[in-house]
Amino acid sequence: MITALLRRAVAAAVTLFGVAVVVFVLLRVVPGDPIAMMIAPGASAADVAAMRARYGLDGSIGEQFLAWLGGLAAGDFGTSISLRQNVLALLAERLPATLELAFAALLVAVLLGGGAAVAGTLMRRGPGGTAIDAANGLLLAVPDFVWALALVLLLGVAWPLFPLTGRIDPAAATDFSTRFYLVESLVTGRLAVARDVAAHMVMPVLALALPLAAVIARVLKEALGEAMVQDYVMLARIKGMSEPRLVVQEALRNAVGPTLALTGVQFTFLLGGTVIVERIFAYPGIGNMGVDAVVNRDLPLIQGLVLLFGLLFVLVNVAVDLMVAALNPRLAHG
Amino acid sequence: MAEAMTVGIAARRGRPALAAMLAEPRVVVAGGYLLLLFVVALLAPWIAPHDPLEQDLMLATLPPAGISGAEPGYLLGTDGLGRDVLSRLVYGTRIALFVAVVAAALAALVGTLLGLLSGFLGGWVDAVVSRLVDVWMAFPPVLLSILLVAVLGSGIHSVIAAIVLIDWTRFCRVVRAETMAQAKADYVTAAVVLGFPRRRILFREILPNVAPTLIALLSLEMGIAVIVEAILSFVGLSVSSDTPTWGGMIAEGRQTIHHAWWVLAAPLAALFLTVLAFNQLGGGLRRALDPVMRR
Repeated sequence: MITALLRRAVAAAVTLFGVAVVVFVLLRVVPGDPIAMMIAPGASAADVAAMRARYGLDGSIGEQFLAWLGGLAAGDFGTSISLRQNVLALLAERLPATLELAFAALLVAVLLGGGAAVAGTLMRRGPGGTAIDAANGLLLAVPDFVWALALVLLLGVAWPLFPLTGRIDPAAATDFSTRFYLVESLVTGRLAVARDVAAHMVMPVLALALPLAAVIARVLKEALGEAMVQDYVMLARIKGMSEPRLVVQEALRNAVGPTLALTGVQFTFLLGGTVIVERIFAYPGIGNMGVDAVVNRDLPLIQGLVLLFGLLFVLVNVAVDLMVAALNPRLAHG
Repeated sequence: MAEAMTVGIAARRGRPALAAMLAEPRVVVAGGYLLLLFVVALLAPWIAPHDPLEQDLMLATLPPAGISGAEPGYLLGTDGLGRDVLSRLVYGTRIALFVAVVAAALAALVGTLLGLLSGFLGGWVDAVVSRLVDVWMAFPPVLLSILLVAVLGSGIHSVIAAIVLIDWTRFCRVVRAETMAQAKADYVTAAVVLGFPRRRILFREILPNVAPTLIALLSLEMGIAVIVEAILSFVGLSVSSDTPTWGGMIAEGRQTIHHAWWVLAAPLAALFLTVLAFNQLGGGLRRALDPVMRR
């Protein structure tokens, strides 16, 4: 069990390194010189050379890569070209916003998807079950980008219930000691601020959560359907257990495992989806910053972001492995 | 490519495949809509009521027909620069479908070839291809596509290249698994015993049996390609802004959302219907062409 985890961790590290190398090389063949775009007209050759050195863009690709790796080892991700700030500081500033968004979406997806699966199982022979299946198929077919824009039209314009852009009312954004606005305002009991932050999150969270909820609902409902015809469920039914209790107490416990593993994989897709969803809602997370970094050809920032996303995926996968193992006694002893 | 393959299978199995396809309501409805869309794309200059690039600030943000202030002749209204939304929508189908067909076909070609070889040959070929797919899929597609287009430079060819470079893995994974399953079947053993060359076994025996899955996947991939193109246009990394695209219209509509919601709603509805149609067509074809599921 532990060796298996270690092996996966090593494979993940290799993957991460591979991603870093590929991105580094790809970015070095980008047409367009970021330094040439930012120097003032009339700058001397020495100024340009100094500027290159400052952003780690002098020397051959091999030298640049070694210098970048050395910097990483020392905790230095370089300096962003477009924002002229330390990359690590920028990432640390933006990451909490994305994490709050992604985990809120995960929570909503699990609740919605789990609820739909249980409801669909209970109503499996009626029109209610058919309606849930149809809604599910629709949600599965259409990605977060389209849902985000549909929500903009519905909840931002037709019924303007929620703010369309940003993370917080600018007037309230001043006095935070961390960047986890929602968590901090909830912990410190400032409910008015928490409500404002949550209102800003409603639409991006829904856009990210709906496709994932549909995946969870489909897989969980299938697993529940299989569990419902097992002997132990039959026995409980003969003993007179009510149908809702049968589904929730007996079948659900045995159906959760496979759904959990799949939810983990899908959660990495959700993390990737934050890029475009944050863009649509002008939400100040790492995804939105990533689009700007690409448009501005900000190489140090793109590299840092790519590595951060890679790290997040690896962490999610390891966490899912651990949870699946913890839930499955056979695996834990094997 | 989809058409060619479908015809091939129909010919091989005779009428049942075609009849099964037409008996599947999802195939008829979704396929009919997509056929209409292809006609619109081909005949765009004759269908569009106005020049999609013609600006007239006197006619800016006219609402669609049926809302007070609408002008006759501008069925879906005009955008912030006074361009006809319907005409831009009609011309936008060209980019959307071109990218869908070309990118999906190329991704299918690359992924299927590697998947067939990997699943059939096994050994080190399989090890290399599988590892490559794992590394490739470890990365979020949206970020990767934006990154690739940044590297390749914006434009429709870069968009297509990015989609192919990212999504060949979808085909490769499925085709590899299917090939491995088929390779164990009796008919393959029989072909080996008969001494057929490997290339013939792979392309004449196994490939036709993988084709139903492949066609369904191809349809799904076209839907994905339409979305990716729209996202890249939305971010401003696809074709230049003087070519009307659904994604570009969505980006413009997002700017004028408070006083002209239809500029966003029209391309979004088109995108929604098209993705849904490709998706349903894929699901329907899979059911219609799969002899096991049909029973």
